[in-house]
Amino acid sequence: MKYIIAVLKPHKLDAVRDALSNIGVNGMTVSEVKGYGRQRGQAEIYRGTEYQVHFVPKAKIEVAVADAQLEATVEAIQTAAETGKIGDGKIFVLELTNSVRIRTGEQGEDAL
Amino acid sequence: MRFSGVLGFAKRLTVFVALWVGLSGTALAEDGLNSGDTAWIITATALVLFMTLPGLALFYGGLVRSKNVLSVFMHCFAITCLASILWLVGVYSLSFGDGGAANALIGGLSSALLLNMGTDTMSGSIPEDVFFMFQATFAIITPALMVGAYVERIRFSAVLIITALWMVLVYAPVCHWVWGGGWLAELGVMDFAGGLVVHATAGISSLVIVKILGPRSGFPGEVLPPHNPGMVMMGAAMLWVGWFGFNAGSALAADGSAGMAMLVTHISAATASLVWMAIEWIKYGRPSLVGLVTGTIAGLATITPASGFVGPIGALIIGAAAGWVCFQMVQIVKQAWKLDDSLDVFAVHGVGGSLGTLMVGVLASESLGGLGLAEGVGIGQALGIQALGLAVTCIWSGIFTYIIVKITAAITGGIRVERDSEIEGLDLTVHGERAYHLD
Repeated sequence: MKYIIAVLKPHKLDAVRDALSNIGVNGMTVSEVKGYGRQRGQAEIYRGTEYQVHFVPKAKIEVAVADAQLEATVEAIQTAAETGKIGDGKIFVLELTNSVRIRTGEQGEDAL
Repeated sequence: MRFSGVLGFAKRLTVFVALWVGLSGTALAEDGLNSGDTAWIITATALVLFMTLPGLALFYGGLVRSKNVLSVFMHCFAITCLASILWLVGVYSLSFGDGGAANALIGGLSSALLLNMGTDTMSGSIPEDVFFMFQATFAIITPALMVGAYVERIRFSAVLIITALWMVLVYAPVCHWVWGGGWLAELGVMDFAGGLVVHATAGISSLVIVKILGPRSGFPGEVLPPHNPGMVMMGAAMLWVGWFGFNAGSALAADGSAGMAMLVTHISAATASLVWMAIEWIKYGRPSLVGLVTGTIAGLATITPASGFVGPIGALIIGAAAGWVCFQMVQIVKQAWKLDDSLDVFAVHGVGGSLGTLMVGVLASESLGGLGLAEGVGIGQALGIQALGLAVTCIWSGIFTYIIVKITAAITGGIRVERDSEIEGLDLTVHGERAYHLD
C-alpha cells in the first residue's frame, strides 16, 4: 500500500477530490497548511509599511491507496491540480505498512 | 378659576390658548432649559461613548496581531471605566470648575463628586448632569486614543497608572485652558471639539510614551500585518458615525451650527479618505481598505477643532490636506524617525488635530467661506493665537507625560512586559484568554 501526501493550491481541492472519486479513490484527509517552494510570499502593504508574508496558504491532502492504484492516483492528482504556474505544489509517495478500519477492525488493503 | 356662560367660555379659551402657546416652543417649567438642545446632547453623549466602545476598540483591535486583540479591547474598556470614575471624583471639577484666583490655569474642586449639583442645575441651556456626561465621553476617548501607540508590549498596570495620572496632570489642565474658561479661552484660541484637548495631547503624549517604551520586538522588519482589516473598517465606520456626536454635539445646541458641524465633519472624512486612497493607488498600485479608512480618521481628526468655524469649502480643503499630510507623517514617524508608534496615533490624531488647529485660524475667516473670526481679529493674528495654543499644549503634554511615565515605571518596575510574554502574546500571558478558538 502507498500513502500519498499532496500539497496543492487551496482552490484546486474540489477538482482533485472529484478526479480521485472518478477513479474509485474515495476517502482522504484534508488540512489547511502554509508553505513555500519556488513561489515566494506576496508582499502586503498596510499604511505604507511593507510586510513580507513568507508563507502562502496551501491545502494538503493525504490518501492511502493499494499499490495497483498508485499510478492512476498520482496522475489524477497531478492533472486536476495543475495550473501551469509556480506554486502548483508537490506530490509525495510513502510506503504504507498497514491500515486499519476502526469500526470493523479490518486490516490491510481491505481497510482502504 | 370658575367662569360661566359665553364670557366664561371665552375666558377659558383664552387661558387655554395662552398656556398652549407658552408651553410649546422651548419646553418645560424650567427657565432656560431647552429640551431640543438637551435631547440632542444626551444623544450625542451616547454617540461619543460608542466611538470608544466599541468603535476605537475594533479599529485598533483589527490592526494588531490576533494574539493581542483582547489586550487592546481590555485597554479601551478599562480606560473607559477608570476615566469615568476619575471624571466624577475630581477631573471634571478641575477641568470645568471655577478655580477662583487660579482659574486661568485650573479649575477648583467645588464640583468634585458633583456634591453641589442637582437635576435642576443648569449648564447653559442644558442640565449640568448632561454636560458632565457629554464631556465625560471626551475625557474617556482621549486616553483611549493613546492605546494605539503602546499596543502589544505594555504592562497592563502601567496602562492604568499612566491613564490615571495623565487625566489629572495633562487632560484637566489643557481642557480647562481651552474649554473651562482658562487662559487659552481668554486669548480666543479656537478648538471646537478637541483638536488641542483631545488629539494634540494624545498625539504628543503617545510619542513620548513610545520613545521610552521602545519598539515592538522585531520592529521594523519582522512585524506582522493587521490580523483583521475587516474589523478595522467596522471600527472606523463606527468612529465616523459617532464623530457626528463628537463635533456636532460640541455645538451644545440643536440648531444650524450643529448641523454645519456635522456637515463639515462628514465632508472632511469623505475627502481625506479619497485622497489617502488615491495616494496609495498611485504609489503602490493598489488602494487598500486599511488605507481608505485610515484616511477617514485623519479627515475626522483634522476637522475636529475647525468643525464649528468653517464652511463646506473649508471642509474640502481640510479633508484634502489631512489625507495628504497624515499619509506622509505615517512614513516619517515609522521610517525616518524609526519610532514604533504602532497604530500611528501621533501621525493621524496628533498631526491631524494640530493641522486642523492651525488651518482653522485661516479658514474660519468669512472671506474664505468660514463662519467668521472674532471681532477685530485678522487671519494673521488668529493664526498666531492658534499656534501659541498648539505649542503650549504640545510642550505641556510632552513634559508631563515624560514625568508620568517615569513615575509609573518606578511603581511597576518597568512599563514593558517580559520578552517571553510579548512573544507569546498579551491575551494569553497577561489576561489568560484566547481571542479565537478555531476548532
